[in-house]
Amino acid sequence: MIGGLVLHLTLLLLFAPLLQGVIVKTKARFAGRVGAPLLQPYYDLARLWRKGFVFSTTTTWVFLAGPVVGLVVPLLASLMIPFGALPAPVSFEGDLILFVYLFGLARFFTATAALDTGSSFEGMGAVREVTFSCLAEPTVLFALLVLARLSEGFSLNALLGPHLTEAWRSDAGAALGLILVCLFVVLLVENSRIPFDDPTTHLELTMIHEVMVLDHSGPAFGMILYGASLKLMVLGALLVRILLPLQTGWWLTDALVFLGGQLGVAVAIGVVESTMARLRLPRVPQVLIGTSLLSIFALVLVLR
Amino acid sequence: MNRSKLIRFRHGACVPLAELPRLDFSVFRESLLEEVAGDARVASFFGYPTTAGLDIYAILARDWKGELALLHTQVSGNYPSLTPDCPQLHLFERELAEQYGVRPEGHPWLKPVRFHRAWLPVADIWGRDPGQHPVPGDMEFYRVEGEEVHEVAVGPVHAGVIEPGHFRFQCHGEEVMHLEISLGYQHRGIEQQLIGTPSLVTLRQLETVAGDTTIGHTTASCQMLESLSGHDALPRAHAIRAIGLELERLANHVGDIGALAGDVGFLPTSSFCGRLRGDYLNLMAELCGSRFGRGLVRPGGVQFDLDAALIERILKRLDVLEPETRGAFDICFDSPSVLARFEGTGRISIDDAENLGLVGVAAKACGLVRDARLHHPFGIDDEFLDMPIIETDGDVFARGNVRRRETYASIKLIRDTLKRLPAGGIFRPLAPLAPDSLAVSLCEGWRGEVVHAAITDRQGHISRYKIVDPSFHNWSGLAMALRGQQISDFPLCNKSFNLSYCGFDL
Repeated sequence: MIGGLVLHLTLLLLFAPLLQGVIVKTKARFAGRVGAPLLQPYYDLARLWRKGFVFSTTTTWVFLAGPVVGLVVPLLASLMIPFGALPAPVSFEGDLILFVYLFGLARFFTATAALDTGSSFEGMGAVREVTFSCLAEPTVLFALLVLARLSEGFSLNALLGPHLTEAWRSDAGAALGLILVCLFVVLLVENSRIPFDDPTTHLELTMIHEVMVLDHSGPAFGMILYGASLKLMVLGALLVRILLPLQTGWWLTDALVFLGGQLGVAVAIGVVESTMARLRLPRVPQVLIGTSLLSIFALVLVLR
Repeated sequence: MNRSKLIRFRHGACVPLAELPRLDFSVFRESLLEEVAGDARVASFFGYPTTAGLDIYAILARDWKGELALLHTQVSGNYPSLTPDCPQLHLFERELAEQYGVRPEGHPWLKPVRFHRAWLPVADIWGRDPGQHPVPGDMEFYRVEGEEVHEVAVGPVHAGVIEPGHFRFQCHGEEVMHLEISLGYQHRGIEQQLIGTPSLVTLRQLETVAGDTTIGHTTASCQMLESLSGHDALPRAHAIRAIGLELERLANHVGDIGALAGDVGFLPTSSFCGRLRGDYLNLMAELCGSRFGRGLVRPGGVQFDLDAALIERILKRLDVLEPETRGAFDICFDSPSVLARFEGTGRISIDDAENLGLVGVAAKACGLVRDARLHHPFGIDDEFLDMPIIETDGDVFARGNVRRRETYASIKLIRDTLKRLPAGGIFRPLAPLAPDSLAVSLCEGWRGEVVHAAITDRQGHISRYKIVDPSFHNWSGLAMALRGQQISDFPLCNKSFNLSYCGFDL
């Protein structure tokens, strides 16, 4: 139990920023550039951690709560999700609801921290973020319901159990394929990646997530970046497990399969970002409603 | 008919002030409106203070006749504004009000332009303290009232490394109802510093009127000085200027298309164009030692000649760069996800474009044929540019596509010019400037038409220098393009115009 917990957190805390590095590297290669070193996200975190805090006089404690909650939530959520074949350290019936709404909590605090600054940009960003994520929520829930129906269980450990290998070969394979697509879209939306948001843009009027954290600096900004990396890995774990339901029975190979899968997801994100332009903002809700419908269709397929 | 009151001339001609009839204001007004209702547009409009009052000169371009028309009148104090009947004059009249304290009665949008003190010891028409330097952006902004309306202010300090400018959006949700642009943060008083005799210092200042249009501004200025001195530059000098002008266009257009791709998050074109822009700038450096064309154009000719080896080298580089540029553009313009962002965004109708007097890329994208290389050729340009490049949709795509096609045309122009470079010298010293005269010169910079005009005094010294950068006309176009658009599309629209702040601020 304790060993599992330590392994889980070690994998997450050490590995998460590397995924950002892989995405950046993939994009650089597509553009014909050498790109920043793979370990650049770690250097950035170290640099930010050494800096001091700067707080606007108009802000309150809420402003700092945003980054803190944004860092803690992915950590808590990670305890409930299996990393590949490594089971989740914490598991109970219905933990999938908690898993989904923990991220809702983080979003609430990020948005409130943004509103706390009183800046019109950050208000705009908060509006956009909240609108899009409430449209992404049904997709995740329906996708999890599909998994719950297939596993006959109600905890993430059961949902993402070894039966998935069997499920891919059965009639449910089509439904799994559909929710895989839906969850990939949600992964891009939740982590503010192209085509929904542009994490590298400097144009404050087009930003969604980035504009909400414009006023944060130093260690607080470091927490936000680290929290974002953790979130990418935690949500990616869902995708990796559905795609690679291998069970080798030995923890080291299990961990390696999982990490390999995560790298694959990071490369896929990099490829999407390199080959697509951003969607026009009014198109984003339309895509999200589309994925909701797709996941409902997947549910219909497994219920019939 | 008032046609006889007009002075008609081609640019490059130098008009003695004595030959200019000074019209009554009512005749001036009537003639100007009649011309503008016809096929003319206002290229420049400026004041020149005299003891009797303020002389006003209007320079109208009759593009399809390839000629300019000149109108001249005098006002003192207040005069009835021409803007309600001729919207393209709105900034020119605000400029006059700020510089000379003359109030255009009935001007619908009378606000400061560049936030500087009046050039004459007159009362400030906005009642600002004459002892204090006005604060840029300190004015009444247009406001939309309502519970669901919100205001977004951007700048003058921006998140990217760009010039300062203040943008005020009136929004309903994500939709922009109105955008007001307030500039003037970079006002340096260039026009006043150019008064006197042209020297190395004034040349340096001209090169930085808008740093990205160095060749455009220096060429316009040198053409004008050469007209005043009565010595046209030698054919080879004209050809080298034309090459520099097209290289400048290439570097900027390629950079702009890369920036457009970057704004919609389409990285391949963004990265490739960044590199290609550098390659074109390096070609310019091979020509004159400066990547931005500084020091190439001089009154009387150019400073750097091309030898056979350099011509060969440039042609070879172009053979490599052209397919690379086409490849970088094509992946962008062939991507459905990019087109979905470009098409229909920031649309301006041809009527609005005409009323606002847009020039350059923005005008060509609306379907207006406005290209000084075509209509007002100077030197050898007329041998080459025979096809205007226009698009008709007036949206971001159209502005991007004008740039794309102009890029290809520029490469062809450079090749042709290099292959048929006239022999002979590249420089002959300027003769003294004609006294009491007025000269105008137009040059199609990469952004659009650059207009330089000057008046000389009795000793042949420049006593009034007037610069019109294409940005001066086109900023109003950007504000118009944003109406009814998503606020998140503003950076994209802004980039599709890519106007100069310092070219406007002077």
